[in-house]
Amino acid sequence: MIIGAAKEVLDGERRVALTPDSARQLQKLGYECAIESGAGEAANFSDKDYTEADVKVVADAKTLWETSDIVIKVRPPETSELELTHEGQTVISFFWPAQNGELLQQFADKKVNVLAMDMVPRISRAQKMDALSSMANIAGYRAVIEAGNNFGRFFTGQITAAGKVPPAKVLVIGAGVAGLAAIGASTSLGAITLAFDVRPEVAEQVESMGAEFVYLDFEEEQQDGAATGGYASVSSPEFREAQLAKFRELAPEVDIVITTALIPGRDAPELWTEDMVQSMKPGSVIVDLAAEKGGNCKLTKMDEKIVTENGITVIGYTDFPSRMATQSSTLYATNIRHMMTDLTPEKDGQINIDMEDDVIRGATATKDGEITFPPPKPKIAAIAAQKPKEKAPEMTPEERRAAEVAAFKDQTKKQVALLAGGGALLLLVGLVAPASFMQHFIVFVLACFVGFQVIWGVAHSLHTPLMAVTNAISSIVILGALLQIGSGSWLVILLAAVSVFMAGINIFGGFLVTRRMLAMFQKS
Amino acid sequence: MEFGFTTAAYVVAAVLFILSLGGLSGQESAKRAVWYGIAGMALAVVATLIGPGSGLWLLSVILIAAGGVIGYYVAQRVQMTEMPQLVAAMHSLVGLAAVFVGFNADIELGRVLAMDDTARKALEGFAAVLAKKTSVEVSILRVEVFLGVFIGAVTFTGSVVAFGKLAGKLNSKAIKLPGGHALNAGAAIASIILGIMYFNDAGIWTLILMTLLAFFIGYHLIMGIGGADMPVVVSMLNSYSGWAAAAIGFSLGNDLLIVVGALVGSSGAILSYIMCKAMNRHFVSVILGGFGNTSGPAQEIEGEMVPTDTDFVAETLSEADSIVIVPGYGMAVAQAQQSVSELTKRLRDKGKNVRFAIHPVAGRLPGHMNVLLAEAKVPYDIVLEMDEINDDFPDTDVVIIIGANDIVNPAAQEDPNSPIAGMPVLEVWKAKHVFISKRGQGTGYSGIENPLFYKENSRMYYGDAKSSMDALLGKIS
Repeated sequence: MIIGAAKEVLDGERRVALTPDSARQLQKLGYECAIESGAGEAANFSDKDYTEADVKVVADAKTLWETSDIVIKVRPPETSELELTHEGQTVISFFWPAQNGELLQQFADKKVNVLAMDMVPRISRAQKMDALSSMANIAGYRAVIEAGNNFGRFFTGQITAAGKVPPAKVLVIGAGVAGLAAIGASTSLGAITLAFDVRPEVAEQVESMGAEFVYLDFEEEQQDGAATGGYASVSSPEFREAQLAKFRELAPEVDIVITTALIPGRDAPELWTEDMVQSMKPGSVIVDLAAEKGGNCKLTKMDEKIVTENGITVIGYTDFPSRMATQSSTLYATNIRHMMTDLTPEKDGQINIDMEDDVIRGATATKDGEITFPPPKPKIAAIAAQKPKEKAPEMTPEERRAAEVAAFKDQTKKQVALLAGGGALLLLVGLVAPASFMQHFIVFVLACFVGFQVIWGVAHSLHTPLMAVTNAISSIVILGALLQIGSGSWLVILLAAVSVFMAGINIFGGFLVTRRMLAMFQKS
Repeated sequence: MEFGFTTAAYVVAAVLFILSLGGLSGQESAKRAVWYGIAGMALAVVATLIGPGSGLWLLSVILIAAGGVIGYYVAQRVQMTEMPQLVAAMHSLVGLAAVFVGFNADIELGRVLAMDDTARKALEGFAAVLAKKTSVEVSILRVEVFLGVFIGAVTFTGSVVAFGKLAGKLNSKAIKLPGGHALNAGAAIASIILGIMYFNDAGIWTLILMTLLAFFIGYHLIMGIGGADMPVVVSMLNSYSGWAAAAIGFSLGNDLLIVVGALVGSSGAILSYIMCKAMNRHFVSVILGGFGNTSGPAQEIEGEMVPTDTDFVAETLSEADSIVIVPGYGMAVAQAQQSVSELTKRLRDKGKNVRFAIHPVAGRLPGHMNVLLAEAKVPYDIVLEMDEINDDFPDTDVVIIIGANDIVNPAAQEDPNSPIAGMPVLEVWKAKHVFISKRGQGTGYSGIENPLFYKENSRMYYGDAKSSMDALLGKIS
């Protein structure tokens, strides 16, 4: 089958769904690859690069769509491209089937199979084809770069001969993939980075990236993100108020705000209100990664950069990944390639849309003229639900002391009780038993005691040698046999002889094995 | 006839034995400790041969030498992975020897009691000791003989069964005859009744019958314990062999036997206790076999097992800085320790921090994994105990689990209904990547599902441990 990569129709889209590298991998799966001439130009992949990778360069879109069995794209197909499709063709791209219902119907009518890259379920196995995450990663990084570009100061604090420079303070709202990428970029540039998310369980991730998590003074059992497949959900009005109050408090301090808060299937929540913008320092920058869905800030204008009256730059670009076309094309093409690997289990160049497979089922929006969107819930939950962690109560010094004293008292009581009990028992035995027995008995008790004291000190790693040694020395029963062998009837001699023989095996075997074992332990 | 010299030698031997056990607190001092043990044993045997045990001394020396040759041969030939079987087999020898010595004591006693006063005066050696006993002392002697024979017999058959299970000659599953514990209890009660009859001069047949019953108890008790509990069983049998020796020591009036028996007995008891604690099991419930009752349904496991391949594991390893390897019984079964050692060496040569995490009950013998790794020349200072390494997992890049299952099962901490709830486990899931080398999707010895395999940072690396490690070696030069 032929996989063709079409040139993006949308103005300003620089990405491409096929790179020479991914083409080579696809060829290994048994496919032939084709690309529309000039499709990779904006991402710095020339037609020549593709030809070298044995990719057929096709002159125009019409031929490409006609000859390809599978067409791969980045942006959702436009109506103009719908005309070019033919029955039985498969289109793989971002599609947003929830928003593009009409287009989806048209594709179904034409019996074109659509696999939406944005519908790949968020489960471990599908991470390698999760194009949303790889694009969000780029967006997060780029957001920081764009902010820096429009920010008049250093990110990192410096003390120079020409004076002291304070570090920039960056607030990242929403710690999803994009948010975490932004945190990473911002901290590595040296800025003091704060981050907020409605899902408290991401605090750990935020802190692992070197940012400080902004906690709210808010007592409410917050919903675990795991219930919604790792995405944020709508929060209560009270929670929202507490959140806005916190932001209002932070607004005058921060230099750069990067908002990434999105709730699936809804308009972006307004988190950075106009009054917060007013209270920010002139020269500050807001980058709104939610601009496409109306923005987390009211002032954001989609695809534009504006400067407010008080000198705050608000960036509402929606094409961050496209601005880093080479990088995003490489990642996207790899995502597509992984998707094709799963679609071609036989590696025979034939696509197999297996509706039993959770990942493929999730991504498939139309198949054989039927709309298969929305997919059923995947059989496997994306993230195992976390148990609410129980915090060990922090003990005050007094409490700790009291606990220690109590433990000491307990121990003393136990020991005294044991000693008293043991002593009483010994006395009882002594009352009944003859003196000759008591002599041995005392030796026995003392030996047990010594044994208990000594064995606790044996290192864990030497437990096997310990067993071998104790085994060897337990053949001390040989003494009994030796004592008996000299005196008595033939039966006694026979039994004693056998015992001596067996104990002999044990003595030599036990000690030699122990020595062999211990000789192996060596320091590096 | 008193032997002051022998007593002095016994004291020295006892001290040497204590030093020998105490020396095992560190790897370096342990090498010296074995020599203490050997010296102690030699001293004890020689002193006995010269002193009170001088009768037929030539026969004794020949027999010891013959036994020594066999012991030497076995010790040289045994593979380190077969260590658990060997230890179990040797325990059975001690047990049987104790039984024989106990019988001898009884036969001698019968012979001596039948003599008149003049004949008694002429006796030598052990019989002379017996001759001096009063009637109370004789009945105490009988109790001691009885105990020694009973414990020795249980040790004998128990060790034989344990040997069979560990060597794979018997099914390692817990097997019980119909009647279960009742059968054991019945046999034990019958033994006690026989014992009381024996104390009342019922004759040697009671002792023989009791021995047969004890043989049965030993057999049935250990048959009923599953493979995973073997570390406890082996150390418990070790303890028994010690107590048997001590009981024999009482009946013979020999202090050195008592001392050494008590040392061995308490050592085995402590080891059993440590093993049980490491599994969060009660000693009694291990001995009686089977896991304790669970109070509710097991937690449902979410997610799926994701397989991976050699390339990915090799790639991740080459990117990692700190690596922890968790070996289990599967490594011993596959004899993969040499390959693991080679892998460790190569990774360490690349400047990576490679360490081993050893769970106390990994393997079939206390300290089993340490010995295997030592055999493969893994330096012992990178082999760490559970408590030493558990806090380091969050900072670890890659954890490789080789043939271990229950000891890394997070259900022990997360699921209060799990049969292993509360058992201390290695917290490997806190590391960034976890690779599990495993033959298939099956559960571990305890038959419990392991949620670790379903975690997002876990990848299953299916295949025989040795061939998997060898494949990895091919990718990491």
